[in-house]
Amino acid sequence: MKYTLSVLVENHPGVLSKVSGLFSRRAFNIDSLAVGITEDPNISRMTIVADGDEYVIEQLEKQLNKVIPVIKVRTYTEGEYISRELSLIKVSCPAKQRLDIMKIAELMGAQIVDVSVNTMTLQFADTLERFETLTDLLKPYGIREIVRTGTVAIEKDSTLSRK
Amino acid sequence: MISGAEIMVKCLQEEGVKVLFGYPGAVICPFFDELYHTDIKAILVRQEQNAAHCASGYARAISGVGVCVATSGPGALNLITGIATAYMDSIPLVCITGQVRSDVLGRDVFQEADITGACESFVKHSYLVKNTADLPRVFKEAFHIASTGRPGPVLIDVPVDVQTGTIEEFVYPEKVNIIGYKPSVHGHPMQIKRALEMIKTSKRPVICAGGGVLTSGSKPKFREFIEKTGIPVVSTMMGIGIMPSDDPQYVGMLGSHGMKAANITVHNADLVILCGARVGDRAVASPDQVVEHANVIHIDIDPAEIGKNMKTSIPIVGDMKNVLSQLLKDVDYTTPDEWKAQVSEWKKEYAPVPQKFEGYVEPKSFISSLSGMVKPKAIMCADVGQNQIWCANNYRIKDGRFFTSGGMGTMGYSVPAAVGAKIARPNRDVIAVCGDGSFQMSMNELATIAAEGINVKIIVMRNTVLGMVHELQDVHYGSRYAITELSTVPDFVKLAQAYGIDSAMAYSNEEAEKYAAEMLKSDKPFVLVCNVHPNTTSR
Repeated sequence: MKYTLSVLVENHPGVLSKVSGLFSRRAFNIDSLAVGITEDPNISRMTIVADGDEYVIEQLEKQLNKVIPVIKVRTYTEGEYISRELSLIKVSCPAKQRLDIMKIAELMGAQIVDVSVNTMTLQFADTLERFETLTDLLKPYGIREIVRTGTVAIEKDSTLSRK
Repeated sequence: MISGAEIMVKCLQEEGVKVLFGYPGAVICPFFDELYHTDIKAILVRQEQNAAHCASGYARAISGVGVCVATSGPGALNLITGIATAYMDSIPLVCITGQVRSDVLGRDVFQEADITGACESFVKHSYLVKNTADLPRVFKEAFHIASTGRPGPVLIDVPVDVQTGTIEEFVYPEKVNIIGYKPSVHGHPMQIKRALEMIKTSKRPVICAGGGVLTSGSKPKFREFIEKTGIPVVSTMMGIGIMPSDDPQYVGMLGSHGMKAANITVHNADLVILCGARVGDRAVASPDQVVEHANVIHIDIDPAEIGKNMKTSIPIVGDMKNVLSQLLKDVDYTTPDEWKAQVSEWKKEYAPVPQKFEGYVEPKSFISSLSGMVKPKAIMCADVGQNQIWCANNYRIKDGRFFTSGGMGTMGYSVPAAVGAKIARPNRDVIAVCGDGSFQMSMNELATIAAEGINVKIIVMRNTVLGMVHELQDVHYGSRYAITELSTVPDFVKLAQAYGIDSAMAYSNEEAEKYAAEMLKSDKPFVLVCNVHPNTTSR
């Protein structure tokens, strides 16, 4: 199963290698890791999507907590967070297919950020599932390159207030 | 104005450091030069790995932080095995390395190695200091991190220009404030309550004590707890010394190389109380089998150890001393007599049987008699290999300590660890027991021992083979002794004498005991070589 962990860390050089080193050392499988500074410039947030069972995730959480510059670890449960991933997708696109791909982009809410004679580049910021739908739709045209940021996630306040 | 090097020395003084172990080099010179003017004693080892092992033995003996210092590149790299050894056994070290100038970092200059990167997975924390002004905070934090919570090694890498750089004045921080590091010290009251209820209903409880009981200084509390409840005790290798070996309540060391009685006790228990033990594979080979019939209460300062290797019914995170006090306050339990009787019966039934070979020392019975000859508070340093198992199972510890490389199994640990221990505790008997294999991994330290006049006693079990693997080859590899025969074993007696160290060779237990008595009487270092038959097994 996939788990999304949100990890607050001190914004120091070397912290990323301490955290990423942990994954290989403890043989954890991670799908993605995205890092960025938070509202406090001294603190960064890492969003980690990891694959594993409950035991693995519990260990991952505990081992992360042992890393000194790690301030807080949260594992999000289904429905309590919003997640997004930014991706750039370059598709083969001769002139006669431009309209088709523009239709797909419009349908899915992707933006066209670059067009050349033979390609079109789409920018897409959405969930993993929607990303997969989009790439399924684009595959027949020939995907040349995909660049993804990895998932970032934030806690939903709306569900909390409804509780 | 004050230089970085002077700050480093002042920080060590603030932390009460009296001795450190090291090896010099160009980029750590500013530090050693400052140290030269102080009363902190710097012991020159003969290889950096041993500086870390010495610091480890020292740290364990004083129950404080050990310090080792090396230069950049190869010096730092040689430290690695020692650092990893300390990490696996949760020994608090502060390891200081010199580094090339910060403005040329990353350019592969002479003796440059990314030591913080290389040590990442086996330090508790590490620093690469970029500014002289950061040094006081970094040192304060390093000592704090190394010695609190679950102890471990902390590495401080200091580029040479940070050592020579200056700041206006030195102020040592009074407090540390690391937002992500606040180890919990008290057990959760709810879990304590649940644990006490679980103990109450148990008919066949056993306590498995690990190194955590000793590291946390909980020996007296532990004693109180087991006396009050009467629960039988087994220990891991790291836990040897939590109580006297001859105490009727103590069953022995458990595990693949431990006492059969200890393993049988654990496998028949209905409750296993793990105290500061991480359930390493050598201690419990099949934790799943144990949890099939037993509940598990796991007490540890490191939450990540709980549930890592063994499913736990009740986790208690906290400092062992506090948790035991909390448990003691309300514990109302006596171990059923049938269970106690059963355990002592196993203990008698499965007592080890010595093997006899004419013209050789039988190491198990010799270790056993040696324990009666040393002072009660003696520190025994066992190396790695068959000698470690001989010591673990046959050394009848009283009120002393047992140091060994339990987790990493680093050959060559005992001699430098003994050096560190003796410097820390000059009034105690300190003995290193090693094999002819492991001795040859750190016998260069005979020079340190001779130069500093360190009164350690080294016993070399000379069986001319790398016994542990040799034995494994007998069992699993059809006695094909692929590279385990030492063929040429130097004359260790002559070798010791070359360093000006007294030495003797024994061919029987009577001789060994005679020499041991002489050796213990002398106030000088001694190397006692015991001729051991290569077919002597570890258990």
